[in-house]
Amino acid sequence: MRRSRRHFLTVSATTLGGLLVYTLDRKAGRGHAQSGDIKIPLRFFTKDEALAISAAVARIFPSDESGPGASEAGVVIYIDRQLASAYGRDHYRYTQPPFESGAPEQGYQGKETPREIYRAGLKSLGRFHLLNGAAQDARLKQIENTPFFLLLRTHTIEGMFCDPMHGGNADLIGWQLIGFPGPRMGYFDDVDRHYGAAFRPKPASLAQILGRPVRPSEDTEP
Amino acid sequence: MKTLRPVDVVIVGGGWTGLTMAKELATRTPLKIVVLERGGPRKTRDYIDNMDELDYAVRLRMMQPIRDETVTFRHSVRDRALPIRQYGSFLPGTGVGGSGEHWSGISYRYYPHDFRRLSHIVEKYGRERLPEDCAVRDWPITYDDLEPDYERAERLMGISGKAGNLRGRQIEGGNIFEGPRSSEYPTPPMKLPHLAALFHDGAHALGYHPFPLPAATTSVPYTNPDGVARAGCSFCGYCERFGCMIGAKAQPTNTLMPVLAHRNNFELRTGAWVRRVIVEGGRVRGIRYVDSRGEEIFQPADLVFLASWTLNNTRLLLLSGIGEPYDPETGKGVVGRNLTHQVTVAAATVFFEKPLNGFMGAGSAGVAIGDFDAMDHSLVNFCTGGTLYTVCYGTRPIANFGVVPPGVRARWGSEWKKAALHYYDRTGLVRFYGEHLAYRANYMDLDPVYKDRYGDPLIRMTLDWRDNERNMVQFMTGRAVEIARAMGAVEITPFPGLKRYEVTRYQGTHIQGGTIIGANETDSVVSMYLQHWRVPNLFMLGASAFPQNPSGNPTLTAVALTYRAADAVIQRYLKNPSKLS
Repeated sequence: MRRSRRHFLTVSATTLGGLLVYTLDRKAGRGHAQSGDIKIPLRFFTKDEALAISAAVARIFPSDESGPGASEAGVVIYIDRQLASAYGRDHYRYTQPPFESGAPEQGYQGKETPREIYRAGLKSLGRFHLLNGAAQDARLKQIENTPFFLLLRTHTIEGMFCDPMHGGNADLIGWQLIGFPGPRMGYFDDVDRHYGAAFRPKPASLAQILGRPVRPSEDTEP
Repeated sequence: MKTLRPVDVVIVGGGWTGLTMAKELATRTPLKIVVLERGGPRKTRDYIDNMDELDYAVRLRMMQPIRDETVTFRHSVRDRALPIRQYGSFLPGTGVGGSGEHWSGISYRYYPHDFRRLSHIVEKYGRERLPEDCAVRDWPITYDDLEPDYERAERLMGISGKAGNLRGRQIEGGNIFEGPRSSEYPTPPMKLPHLAALFHDGAHALGYHPFPLPAATTSVPYTNPDGVARAGCSFCGYCERFGCMIGAKAQPTNTLMPVLAHRNNFELRTGAWVRRVIVEGGRVRGIRYVDSRGEEIFQPADLVFLASWTLNNTRLLLLSGIGEPYDPETGKGVVGRNLTHQVTVAAATVFFEKPLNGFMGAGSAGVAIGDFDAMDHSLVNFCTGGTLYTVCYGTRPIANFGVVPPGVRARWGSEWKKAALHYYDRTGLVRFYGEHLAYRANYMDLDPVYKDRYGDPLIRMTLDWRDNERNMVQFMTGRAVEIARAMGAVEITPFPGLKRYEVTRYQGTHIQGGTIIGANETDSVVSMYLQHWRVPNLFMLGASAFPQNPSGNPTLTAVALTYRAADAVIQRYLKNPSKLS
């Protein structure tokens, strides 16, 4: 994994999930988690960019009386890794020219990669993390129909609820919020047994179920 | 270009139809068979590592890499076609097994009337009820012709279900509107997750005839007539868009490859990107492809089957100059005509008071009603039918989080989050898929601008809905809302209405046409044995042969037709390799 800059995001261990280290960079040693602050090496964002995105996703999926949100789940870490990966360079799109605009039913035809959409979008956010909550909401309201915001919202949901190997859903906090158990071998005995009542097996990640790490696409695709 | 030693048979595409044909030929003849598959090898034991929603259901690792090749799309010949740059309305799989690995496994037989679609509409309602521009056809075979092959396909896969018509006797609890079956399903129906049970009871209370979805996610351990044993489904909820990690969902890798893998007259070449079918003197001489190392290869063969899905089957004929391309202005030509998708909508999004435990599910665990496949159209403004149903794939959070009832306007922030959390496991869909008629202006040809990774033109889809489909969806949405109320909905969001065809909304990987089956060579590409009319040693497998979409999902019928073609090849063609009559 090539890292062109040496930027770190410092977050409090008590903020990020419970603290579990497997949800962070695999090299961010276990000791950090107990020390109060965790320094997370950034793969794509600068530190200021990460702070702005972190603040924005916390308005999209806030931490409030209905439970923890994007800050605790580490959504910004998820997004940083995705943008640094093949996905960020548009590995999953047909990108041959010519680029023309068409009818909405023909789908997104833009030339910009996810990385470029973020870099331009970050300009529209400015020093977002220094604004107060109401001003942050007002700014997001202005851009809420832009491709950047729609991508940011999609990535927020992905970062809340992905398997923690991707950097989000720290300590399975997203899955705990909605009662999703994660990958399991099955539920043959339970599938028709709990009609009308919540059945909530304890969530576990794929690595926990398998007892070994699984490499996510952002670490394996060229 | 390197020329290899000739083989007897080349099959292009290692999915359900290609490998079913390979199995029949490899086990019943001494022919030397090569299957060319564009993607890589896949095995059941790989699939446990794939239980990751992001990489598989969002980044779509089972699908053809869209950066290498896509499809262009426009609504009509007046519009400019643009490439589908990211997957949306359909998801073609790649690798051994093709889309048959990541499918959901819903395995209907078509209705008897589907095979006489034109005659049926004309006899019942008169020719004037056919929409303008309609190109709908009768098939050259009937349901009864294909019934024995449906049996074979169901036994191959171990389809779970309940018969609704056994040799003409209607049976409550099954689909009483189905064509007569010669025997019961190979395995009993799947258990019903809560949402499916709610649909069953709601539909039954309204007087409809609910039945369990016929399922290739087999309900109990099953050993098929080839001696291949598979586990029963465990409802893990990682099904459609995934390969089955316990092999319970019938897939080519767990159903056909165990028979083929050790046969010395069978060879599977992965990473083989087929570019041309080479025809000289009215016969196929072989296949030109790029192998996994990037080398151009010519593989001579006596007999060739194209089984590379609807769009690529059509594209290979067009790229290879085989047959006359269809011209929508004149109606002349055959290759590319009768392009259809399937009219697939979330007819009602249903919000419940109590949780559904929706994470438990399988690709074909659900309940349907056939009452609107069998409906009378005398008093409505459309002439086609379809199935209302619910299926419990297994609710996964990235795809499903964020759906809120109609009263909640916010799409981010605290209000949205609170509602989305509450309804995350209290939301289900009443779905509809309906027939898509063929129209003269819906077709495929080669795109003049956009190319694949090797510089070959992409296939271009020209496709749009007509009022028949829009009116049908409006009517069915009304029925879905009634069923949703009977299921105990606290809130309902009806489908807003079908407007123009859109590539951005997933509508099922059920695309038909382009190399259609017919009674004569002037208006079809293949005969009832799937043999090319003009090139007798070329056969076209799969739904590219279907003259229109008959509402149901196509895989079972595509496999049944493959069995029928295999019999004709083995029993008759090999003795006299010429046009079958």
